[in-house]
Amino acid sequence: MPPSLCALCKTSRAFILRPKDHQKLCKPCFISVFETEIHHTITSNNLFHRGERIAIGASGGKDSTVLASVLKTLNERYNYGVELILLSIDEGIKGYRDDSLETVKRNAKQYDMPLMIVGYDELYGWTMDQVVEQVGKKGNCTYCGVFRRQALDRGAAKLGVKHVVTGHNADDVAETVLMNLLRGDLPRLSRTTSIVTSTPSAVSSPDSPSHTNIKRSKPLKYAYEKEIVLYAYHKSLDYFSTECIYSPEAFRGSARALIKNLERVRPSAILDIVRSGEDMARLVPGGNEACSNGCSGQTALPEEEEGGCGSSNGRSAGGEMASMEHQLAQNDIATEVGLEIEITSSSLNGQQSGKKKDPDAVQLVNGKKGRRLKGPAQTPRKTARQTMGQCKRCGYLSSQEICKACVLLEGLNKNRPKNNIEVSSYAPEQEHGHMNNATNAMQKLQLGVD
Amino acid sequence: MSQGKSKDVISITVEFSGGLEMLFSNQRKHILSIPTKDESGEASNVAFLVRYLCEDVMQDNRRELFVLDDTVRPGILVLINDADWQLEGEDKYEIQGGDNIHFLSTLHGG
Repeated sequence: MPPSLCALCKTSRAFILRPKDHQKLCKPCFISVFETEIHHTITSNNLFHRGERIAIGASGGKDSTVLASVLKTLNERYNYGVELILLSIDEGIKGYRDDSLETVKRNAKQYDMPLMIVGYDELYGWTMDQVVEQVGKKGNCTYCGVFRRQALDRGAAKLGVKHVVTGHNADDVAETVLMNLLRGDLPRLSRTTSIVTSTPSAVSSPDSPSHTNIKRSKPLKYAYEKEIVLYAYHKSLDYFSTECIYSPEAFRGSARALIKNLERVRPSAILDIVRSGEDMARLVPGGNEACSNGCSGQTALPEEEEGGCGSSNGRSAGGEMASMEHQLAQNDIATEVGLEIEITSSSLNGQQSGKKKDPDAVQLVNGKKGRRLKGPAQTPRKTARQTMGQCKRCGYLSSQEICKACVLLEGLNKNRPKNNIEVSSYAPEQEHGHMNNATNAMQKLQLGVD
Repeated sequence: MSQGKSKDVISITVEFSGGLEMLFSNQRKHILSIPTKDESGEASNVAFLVRYLCEDVMQDNRRELFVLDDTVRPGILVLINDADWQLEGEDKYEIQGGDNIHFLSTLHGG
């Protein structure tokens, strides 16, 4: 096969085949096109404004490393006039995060950016190593995901920064779109396809902490993971690619694997899914708050959103296709037994209800009108608009009285093993009334032995 | 990894990165001498190289992290002398002496 020439400069040999349009490019043209497209995403969505201080959520992985490198390049080339700061979360995972943080520290030097590291231990009193010791490896990603989201906001607040950019790429967004479609979770579909999300300052209490109003955006939303990796490769960027020791091989049996298989068959599938997700999101009544107040594609994202693993960009921890199948089977059973109620299509006709802030629209989705007792099953969805308030414990934005992080923490703290058990400190009943029986029994056992 | 000087082998460089190196003794760069002909006497191509790597080089038994349905797992990029293998005929590309074949994973870390 004779080497092909670059489709743009028509002089150099092509090294890259672009997944989105099969364009063959040489290295310099690829680098330039990749950067220009990110620039276009930033300007067409008005992501930044002059003088803004922006924190880059940096894990040391490929996405955030490329994001930092590209943003530095663009900020200088197009004179955005923004100040970029690296913000890293230390989950406290030995042999994983401590190594990747070394990468971030090198990046900080390479890109000449200030770096702030916020640790789970200082924020929550627990490292992930301790959490896993307590809850086991199964389900620990939920803790990590919930803690992470708040941690980024709290880190940003510490820096006095109101905008955090993350390295979510097109593959990540396509995966989320698929998962939310399969789950039938339209409101979340709407929120997660949005390029800008914010924890709104719904509460206007004077003592409202600043971490409740931090904007999030994803400048790499339309960038293929493949191109991100190739960009890092051809620019010899220094990134960390070891897997989290608590969720290794998260891509197996996951929606991620499905996305990658689709890409192999038809590479444009990834962007097609992202665009379809956006189109569908527009039809979700009441889902896109932003369209009712200025339509900037900005939408509110409560902290409960990202339940999954944080370090892999909210990517799910694998095996979810199997659990989905199980759930679908359950739905079938429910249909046969006649437990389900259909929501008529008229109730989802969101064209008109989505535009106005029409309280009826929300009610329709809730199935208050247009109920039918027979017909094909559709899982009734509770899409009640979440009313944002503040967590009574920590003040973080939450739709519940107590935010999810505090709920998880409460569970952890209740069961915290007492490390130094001594006879003199033996007053567990008074101090820790909720201590569970196992721990209690253990203590007594230990005392007995001593 | 025998350094046979006979005409029946070609010397190439194979690289693993993006997390894939963990399957290959955590070693990024491997200088290999592979047979010039595959099992059926055809010139060795990338498909043969992938089989060869699985059988003779990989120490780890999690082969499915590298190969799926008899080809390189989707999400792993293959670069032949730095060019996307899709520009070179994918796994039909016939390997030449001195080639650099790079397996670059997009699947790990984040």
